[in-house]
Amino acid sequence: MTAEEIRKVTELLLEHLLPTLKVFGFTLLFSVPLGMIVALLKMCKIKPVSWLTNVYILIMRGTPLMLQIILVRYLIPILRMNDYTPVWLYNLLMEVDIASENYLFNMIIVAFVFNYAAYFAEIFRGGIESIPKGQYEAAYALSMTKTQTFFRIILPQVIKRIVPASSNEVITLVKDTSLANVVAYAEITLVAKQQMQTYSSLTPLVIAGVFYFVMSFVLTILFALIEKKLNYYR
Amino acid sequence: MAILEVRNLSKKFDDVQVLKDISFDVNKGQVIAIIGPSGSGKSTLLRCINQFEKADGGEIRVCDADMLVKDSKGRTVYADAKTLRDIRLKIGLVFQNFNLFPHMTVLGNIIEAPVKVLKMPKAEAVEKAKELLEKMGLSEKANAYPYELSGGQQQRVSIARALALNPEILFFDEPTSALDPELTGQVLKVIKELAEEKMTMVIVTHEMAFARDVADVVVFMDGGYIVEMGTPEEVFANTENERTKQFLSRYNNDIVSANE
Repeated sequence: MTAEEIRKVTELLLEHLLPTLKVFGFTLLFSVPLGMIVALLKMCKIKPVSWLTNVYILIMRGTPLMLQIILVRYLIPILRMNDYTPVWLYNLLMEVDIASENYLFNMIIVAFVFNYAAYFAEIFRGGIESIPKGQYEAAYALSMTKTQTFFRIILPQVIKRIVPASSNEVITLVKDTSLANVVAYAEITLVAKQQMQTYSSLTPLVIAGVFYFVMSFVLTILFALIEKKLNYYR
Repeated sequence: MAILEVRNLSKKFDDVQVLKDISFDVNKGQVIAIIGPSGSGKSTLLRCINQFEKADGGEIRVCDADMLVKDSKGRTVYADAKTLRDIRLKIGLVFQNFNLFPHMTVLGNIIEAPVKVLKMPKAEAVEKAKELLEKMGLSEKANAYPYELSGGQQQRVSIARALALNPEILFFDEPTSALDPELTGQVLKVIKELAEEKMTMVIVTHEMAFARDVADVVVFMDGGYIVEMGTPEEVFANTENERTKQFLSRYNNDIVSANE
């Protein structure tokens, strides 16, 4: 490829950075709080609740994210065509505008959020369960309420403990956004693949790789800073 | 005036009876030392009074408030949640492992409950915390984090933290068992000073010399029972009880052999 072609491809990929970052940002925004809820549900003392939550986590972590993305993407269209779909559900599904621009993006976010929430839930649960019983007892002896105990005593310590595991997850997410190309979502990998075919050159893929590397690198530094900042106590 | 009244307290873990027919009073300003071998139920007794464990039978009254009573049908019932909380506020507890909050400074640990639970203005809580720290000889450690302190210093902070809520009675669960012998002294000294100020205290301890020195009443427990209860002289010097003699002689032997 000529220098001019490389510049053009780089610009094109840069334009498609936003769709990639959108998947990354929205997934984080929703999967972290959902993961917290899932973690609490798994630790719930009501057996069926914790059991069902566990089944959800097992499925999410036990099947490929790519498969989940395809499934969520085609769920509604396929159900609409299926003869066995109940009428009420069919009517409900007909309300969805599957041709809209947002539909594809929304379905991708749904798949990513439910998948990542399962991973985050396990990290949060591990963090919460690693806090010594004595911390709860000390708070109880000081007559603190359960809410105060959780938010003032337990959660700050959990956050410190889960930063290294969470940083792994977040960096993996940057690279996992490329899976959205499987449902023709125009993010960096999809565009790079198209450009590879246009120019019969591997260079677009290399440029895409540099993009992912830089993003991961920035996040690595960011998490190192957070870890350092939380290092004021042991 | 009795701050704490315990009557016929009993507690079972599965099929094991860990507390049987425990009765004793703690009057205002008194120091009670509870001694006895491991597994004798000392800690469980403290945990029942501090509401960490549910007792199966008996009665507990704290500052004239019923915590655990027999109702008209003879069943053992606990007070409602609000009463239990009010009672808990009157009780302070110092743990064997300190259980300080590692993410808060020494000052933060001490003012947390006064500010969040008692809704005390922060400036007032800080002032009070500083007074307590001075009393503990730890003024210069106010802004340190627990990990920067020795075990003995951590335990003194945890005593200050418990005192910050102005408890009517303070419980100690083996306060020096997790400490090096060198650090034990500073903690015992602080407890002794509190005793001189007539703080009402119940201390579960393995420090026999300390119990003898500081306690008004010594309770010897074994196998879930109170075997003997009396003044330090009665229990340590003049006991008639074979089990007490046996337990104390083993301790004396340990001290002798440690000194050799």
